[in-house]
Amino acid sequence: MLCQECGKRPATLHFTKIVNGEKNEFHICETCARERGEMLPGTSGGFSIHSLLSGLLDFETAGKGMASSVKTPQSLRCEECGMTYTQFSKIGRFGCSSCYKYFGDRLDPLFKRVHGNTVHVGKVPKRSGSRIQLKRQIDDLKLELQRRIQQEEFEEAAQLRDRIRTLEKEMAGQ
Amino acid sequence: MPNLRFTEKALSEWMRGTASDSDIVISSRVRIARNLQHMPFPLLATRQQSEEVLNRLAQVAETPNLKSLGTFYTVKLDEIEPIDKRVLVEKHLISPSLAGESQNGAVMISEDESVSIMINEEDHLRIQCLYPGFQVREAWEKATAIDDLFEAEVDYAFDDKRGYLTSCPTNVGTGLRASVMMHLPALVMTQQINRILSAVSQVGLTVRGIYGEGSEAIGNLFQISNQITLGQTEYEIIDNLHSVVLQIIEHEKNARARLMNDSRLRITDRIKRSYGILSYAEVMDSKEAGQRLSDVRLGIDLGIVQGPSIPVMNELNVMTQPGFLQKKYGHDMNSEERDIYRARLIRETLAKA
Repeated sequence: MLCQECGKRPATLHFTKIVNGEKNEFHICETCARERGEMLPGTSGGFSIHSLLSGLLDFETAGKGMASSVKTPQSLRCEECGMTYTQFSKIGRFGCSSCYKYFGDRLDPLFKRVHGNTVHVGKVPKRSGSRIQLKRQIDDLKLELQRRIQQEEFEEAAQLRDRIRTLEKEMAGQ
Repeated sequence: MPNLRFTEKALSEWMRGTASDSDIVISSRVRIARNLQHMPFPLLATRQQSEEVLNRLAQVAETPNLKSLGTFYTVKLDEIEPIDKRVLVEKHLISPSLAGESQNGAVMISEDESVSIMINEEDHLRIQCLYPGFQVREAWEKATAIDDLFEAEVDYAFDDKRGYLTSCPTNVGTGLRASVMMHLPALVMTQQINRILSAVSQVGLTVRGIYGEGSEAIGNLFQISNQITLGQTEYEIIDNLHSVVLQIIEHEKNARARLMNDSRLRITDRIKRSYGILSYAEVMDSKEAGQRLSDVRLGIDLGIVQGPSIPVMNELNVMTQPGFLQKKYGHDMNSEERDIYRARLIRETLAKA
């Protein structure tokens, strides 16, 4: 097969691009590929993670028939930077940190798909984060408390309950 | 006059060091993405806002705490030539996107080039630590320490539920991307690589070419990194990568041993041919250079090639990139010219080694 760009050299690079179910095949030779890719390494091809993401997001908004209950209102937008959900789903990037707040739980399916999770469990900032650390500690203790109660270890459970109360007071005081 | 010391030499100081498993793992890298509160992400920031971000973060670099980590040199991307940007990308000191499309983009690079702090990339702040060999945990320790220093001075965009907020939803949560660059010629030769790489993607990791997203694997070099940043702790992310890489190292070692056992003559012949061609060829395109340099690197690891050292091979990997070639010989070149200069550079370097 000859290169579809120059029509002279044999095509050695083959790739398929599928956009909205429309399939396009490309067959080009090394030299033409290199000429096209004269830009910086890593930026060639123009197919970035963002375009992949917007594919995922489009699915969210385009899923009219099947999931009308989660249909995003056209008006949903970030009050801080003005980015609309529709824009976000095209670009695949947020405009500012408040977008997370304004788009809220509507982002859960996206995070679920990308990360398999929706809630952060890692590092928290030291200065502003002590409240979060406390909250995580309390959540852990509550789980432990449930376990103890189920196993009828009431003495330990009572101790845990007291510790949880102390921590909760501490959190309320902050 | 901007500081251009980083684009003169191909070999970063940190590359000289050797570390554990540095025959198979070439380098380990950790990158943390952070943003400032109440400031639009670089995507939407006005020129004035991005300048404000740059000033805020550059101020932190002046605090005694960061200085205690060593000297940092600030390079503003607006002030340097495209060719120098390209060299910084080829040395992995900045990302292609910082070089290509940033507004008020800057990078603070440590003296030994193991730390680079990018400002106004896709996120306001990206802290990168790059170590030789298999030291992904060490790189994380360093990066998180630098993160703490910044956090003491500026307010990060952080949310109880989503963690550190980033411009791209693929980085949210920890903002952490940890990666190792592996040289896996034996797994490629024995055609086990695809099986292994697809297994890797099953456990939340991803494989890319050496210049990251969208670049192809040249010279049997593969970059393996975490895909998930939300819902796992940094420790889990690093640990997961660490244990998968250990397994890949094991597979590569076994494949090398089997190759040497079953087809020693063919492998030795292939390596020496490549060494010969690199030593004498007059024209060398980048793809062939990548493959032949990979063969010779394998030859050094297996004790078949004496002479050039692994740091020399690391240096050649960077020097034979288009940007560095043009920088070194001081003029623009088309791809045919580059192939000629590339061959010359390799010949001369190997003759000295």
